[in-house]
Amino acid sequence: MMNASGKKWAFIAAIVLSFVLAQFQGEINPYFLQIIIYVGINTILASSLNLINGFTGQFSLGHAGFMSLGAYTASMITITFQATPGATSSYVMFPVALLVGGIVAAVAGVLVGIPSLRLKGDYLAITTLGLGEIIRVIIQNLDFVGGARGLVGIPKLSDFFWVFSVVAIVIFMISNMIHSTYGKGFLAVRDDEVAAQAMGINTTKYKVIAFVIGAFFAGVAGGLYAHFVSYITPSQFGFIKSIEIVVMVIVGGMGNTVGVILAAIVLTILPEALRGVAEYRMVLYSLMLVVIMISRPQGLFGTGFKRFFKKQAA
Amino acid sequence: MSQLLQQIINGVSLGSIYALIALGYTMVYGVLRFINFAHGDVFMVGAFVGYYAAPRIAPLVGGNLFLVGPIVLLLSMIVCSTLGVTLEKLAYKPLRFRPKITILITAIGISLFLEFGGQLVFGPDPKSFPTLIPSTTLIDTPNLILTSTPVIVIATAVVLMLLLRFIVMRTKIGTAMRALSFNQQAASLMGININTVISFTFIVGSSLAAAGGILYGSLYPSINPLMGVFPGLKAFISAVLGGIGNIPGAALGGLIIGLLETFVTGYLSPTFRDAISFGILILILLFRPSGLLGRYEAEKV
Repeated sequence: MMNASGKKWAFIAAIVLSFVLAQFQGEINPYFLQIIIYVGINTILASSLNLINGFTGQFSLGHAGFMSLGAYTASMITITFQATPGATSSYVMFPVALLVGGIVAAVAGVLVGIPSLRLKGDYLAITTLGLGEIIRVIIQNLDFVGGARGLVGIPKLSDFFWVFSVVAIVIFMISNMIHSTYGKGFLAVRDDEVAAQAMGINTTKYKVIAFVIGAFFAGVAGGLYAHFVSYITPSQFGFIKSIEIVVMVIVGGMGNTVGVILAAIVLTILPEALRGVAEYRMVLYSLMLVVIMISRPQGLFGTGFKRFFKKQAA
Repeated sequence: MSQLLQQIINGVSLGSIYALIALGYTMVYGVLRFINFAHGDVFMVGAFVGYYAAPRIAPLVGGNLFLVGPIVLLLSMIVCSTLGVTLEKLAYKPLRFRPKITILITAIGISLFLEFGGQLVFGPDPKSFPTLIPSTTLIDTPNLILTSTPVIVIATAVVLMLLLRFIVMRTKIGTAMRALSFNQQAASLMGININTVISFTFIVGSSLAAAGGILYGSLYPSINPLMGVFPGLKAFISAVLGGIGNIPGAALGGLIIGLLETFVTGYLSPTFRDAISFGILILILLFRPSGLLGRYEAEKV
């Protein structure tokens, strides 16, 4: 593990590198650039879900809902202000839009986090799934964001620099957090909630914080995604999208940041490489979930998370 | 007034199907304490068995609907029981003593596998379900049309539920099931074969889901491999609403959800029909997590 100042330098280096590399993005084949951008967005989504599902042990199936909130909010902001003179500079307007999108998603994260205080496991999973669906139905019925037809004409502002800066921020923040007091709190809630509570840990606080931060970055990722594809519909952020992110976290190993990032990369590139057998993708994903759970519940990469998966009394 | 009556008929017939599926959720939960997410997809498979079996069986019995219907129903129940038991043995049994979250993820995986495997095998396009229930108009007034389909759907569901009640309350294996849901360890010490009882639970639950699939196909004759997702979730919500693990509760919950959904579709807007059930789920989990008929279970440390 890197020490704190090493991490800080790695973080700064990553931002600078993404800025430098972004200068050459015109040179790359647009198809490859698209895959690289998707890798970045999926890394943000998977790492942020990992904070909720992996480190805090709260199984959420509604990540795509947070993503859609961020996507729609950020898009509405940039669409509204792109005509306004003075605000056209994408270096001012875009981060603000992403930030607001993230905040809206984080507020929804609080709303989801509150029921999670009383729910566990299966119930929480299905409630978050339900909230994700409710968000989708509400957006579908909002006419000013295009309803079921979708939102068009989103300025194409996302590029290599923005996506990978956020990737660097997410990884930096989460890896720092995990080794802080907060991180120990998350892990304690995951390993044994009752024992954590008995030790005086405010489990409520940690669960809500995990949801808020996870939702915030999902919202930012949504904003980045919307400003890359420039056309979004509510159905893009359905249950299947949430499942895709969950699969990344599980394949990578819940609570294993490096593993999850690797899984996000592999699982974004793999379907592109296997285009010929695209219809088998979800079948493959689902089988992967079952086989991994039965044979290697700690994920394909790394060995972390052992304690949680040790045989527990039923 | 008669519009209300029409809605009630629609709601009760939809609700009785939800109730049939919900019973499977609630029984598996009662015995194994986990939510079998794949249950809704077993329901879908049940409908597809009907779709493929009906045209092949009809010529054998001379197209007599009174024979075709029950035979197809039985066949579908047998196929789905086999499927349910196989899933249990392959996927859930190895995980029985692992943390809940692994079983949950596995169940989601199985569910997706059936959905997308179904898309590969059956094709993703909707198919029209064959007529299995003789449809004659019983009442035909300008405001109220009552055909025999919902009547037979409701009657079949009620008969199956009474049969289930008989099995659970009056037979030896039913008693064993109740013992298992009360205390698994003590039940096994009393000489109850846990594996047999769990397999039996999956047989009963899956065959009820299969029956639900056939009835659903008869009521809404367009079926596709993803048709199990929402009825499955709503049946699950019904089970939670009634009190999960509680058999009469599942029936009651199914009825309530079916009626509410029909009313929302009829009087508000069809787009909210999926959101309303999730709203109910969240409310019930927040204010009465043990459900309407369930009992509160304290967490032991």
